[in-house]
Amino acid sequence: MTYISKAKNGAGGDVSSQDKKQSWFYTDEVKDHFFHPRNFLDRDPKEGEFNAMGKVGSPACGDELKIWLVVDKASETITDLKWKTFGCGSAIASTSMASVMATENGGMKLEDARKMKPQDIMERLGGLPQRKFHCSVLCDKALRSAINDYYRRSEQFEKIEVEAKRVIDPVSKVTDHDIEEAVLEGAHTLELVQQKTKVGVGNPGVLPAVEELIRFYKEKYFG
Amino acid sequence: MVFFLYLSGTMEAREVYLDNAATTPIDSRVAAAMEPFINTMYGNPSSFHMRGKEVRDAIDDARVVVAGVLGARPDEVVFTSGGTEANNLAILGFARKNKQHGTHIISARTEHPSVLEPLEHLAKHEGFEVTYVDTDAFGCVDQEAVMAALREDTILVTVMYANNEIGTISDVKKIGAAVRKFREANKKAFPVFHTDACQAVGALEVDVQKLNVDMMSINSSKIYGPKGVGALYVHRSIRLQPTQFGGSQEKRLRPGTENVIGIIGFCEAVKIADEEREQESVRLTKLRDDLIERILKEIPKTRLNGHKEDRLPNNVNISFMDIEGEALLLYLDAKGVFAATGSACTSATLDPSHVILALGLPYEVAHGSIRFSLGRSTTKEDIDYVIEVLPSLVEKLRKISPVRVDPKYFL
Repeated sequence: MTYISKAKNGAGGDVSSQDKKQSWFYTDEVKDHFFHPRNFLDRDPKEGEFNAMGKVGSPACGDELKIWLVVDKASETITDLKWKTFGCGSAIASTSMASVMATENGGMKLEDARKMKPQDIMERLGGLPQRKFHCSVLCDKALRSAINDYYRRSEQFEKIEVEAKRVIDPVSKVTDHDIEEAVLEGAHTLELVQQKTKVGVGNPGVLPAVEELIRFYKEKYFG
Repeated sequence: MVFFLYLSGTMEAREVYLDNAATTPIDSRVAAAMEPFINTMYGNPSSFHMRGKEVRDAIDDARVVVAGVLGARPDEVVFTSGGTEANNLAILGFARKNKQHGTHIISARTEHPSVLEPLEHLAKHEGFEVTYVDTDAFGCVDQEAVMAALREDTILVTVMYANNEIGTISDVKKIGAAVRKFREANKKAFPVFHTDACQAVGALEVDVQKLNVDMMSINSSKIYGPKGVGALYVHRSIRLQPTQFGGSQEKRLRPGTENVIGIIGFCEAVKIADEEREQESVRLTKLRDDLIERILKEIPKTRLNGHKEDRLPNNVNISFMDIEGEALLLYLDAKGVFAATGSACTSATLDPSHVILALGLPYEVAHGSIRFSLGRSTTKEDIDYVIEVLPSLVEKLRKISPVRVDPKYFL
């Protein structure tokens, strides 16, 4: 095991860091979930086995995640969560951890599950490299997508929440929708998107997330 | 019972280093050659006294040895800090010095970043135009493609000898011949032909006369020498502009006190690589083909990236469909097998391998690629061990994965 190191919250951390003398930021907790993933579905789901499904990412971005839920109708609690993911070590570990969080102690209520944040998952993992944090923690998003799917299937349309836009760079207040717009307008490189939006100009820590979004939208709209 | 049989059939855990294309350990003979220069021969080769002169003599001797292996003259060898600097010096140095003769450069998309990025810099900031010729589906650049791209104002052609990721070898001899023919037909000194041969030393013919190259980059850390040293062969008729300034070392092309220990080690490494080349290539090719054949046979949904025969003796690059390379790399690491991936997740830019994408393959295939690069320490037992552990790791990750790559990429 060469990449044992304790990182706290992955703050400022990259996959490797020259100033912290740490080469890998995968904690023991991350490795445990990566090598022994919990709750993954090792086959195709059966008809009627689950009552909600959520999906996020695409293999072109490097990560794709599908989750399936069993929601108890009376209490609107998640009694089971199964997943499949195409992704790197931290994608697998963070999904595994999120699946534990959603189902432990009798399961989360949908309204609480909807509030799960990537930071919560990362905290339970003892930290992730910052670069990895942005691109590989997807389960909270998949969870919200699955919860909407549940409400759709159970015809509680008023409870469906469309994803609000998300501020990517708190300094420039640029959101993911701004980046999507820029890509649609033809800005297909980080440099061009920065020219249009000024994202990350004073806050370079967000650039990996921006690059990931650019690639995602490019793939989505231009293949 | 099945479990028992499985256990008894399992080999003991071992450490298998299959990342020799990233870097190699230092050969003990190389270390021994370097030792005096670490401990006693500390002089500055530019100094005018005995301690300086003995080191100057050692560097001169090293240059003669390296030049000999390259079929070059000693004054045609410029020691650098490695392959990256050699490529930068060749491209930036040549383009800047010879700009008045033309501003067009030819290269390929599968080149190493230390070629691509200087080219991009020249195109973006210094008024050059770069044509990237297409490779075939295996990543091979052929001379027809280069000839078709040659123009009146082409001053430089730079095509790598053997690809670092997928191991594909291009016929630089033919490309060099085509460039020379073009020069003769036009009665001009341009274009010149540079090749990045960093992966080729110790594996392929590197005689610059036989290869028809005008500049060639080589490095030490991939041939069992120390890191941080390499060389650029520059034909004596070629003038370069330095990329750094401040001293007269290396004909002012590489100012700064020489990396003496590195150069001595590099020289020894080049010598050994040359001596053992033929025998070692035969041995590695056998192991390579064995590993490729067994992976493709024993693990479904896999593809070999690069050419089956025209590839480096030590390179195996396989895409494992439906899974992501970093995850497999870490699973392998836990089993003591050290390899590399073209997956985005291990790169600083989060981009998957530009080489595999340049072959016209989709992102998923690039993300799932693993490079096993064999070396002097690799044995048949190592290959057996990889084949022992690999299938179940792939199977486990495939079970987790929701992705099913289009069969056309692996059938």
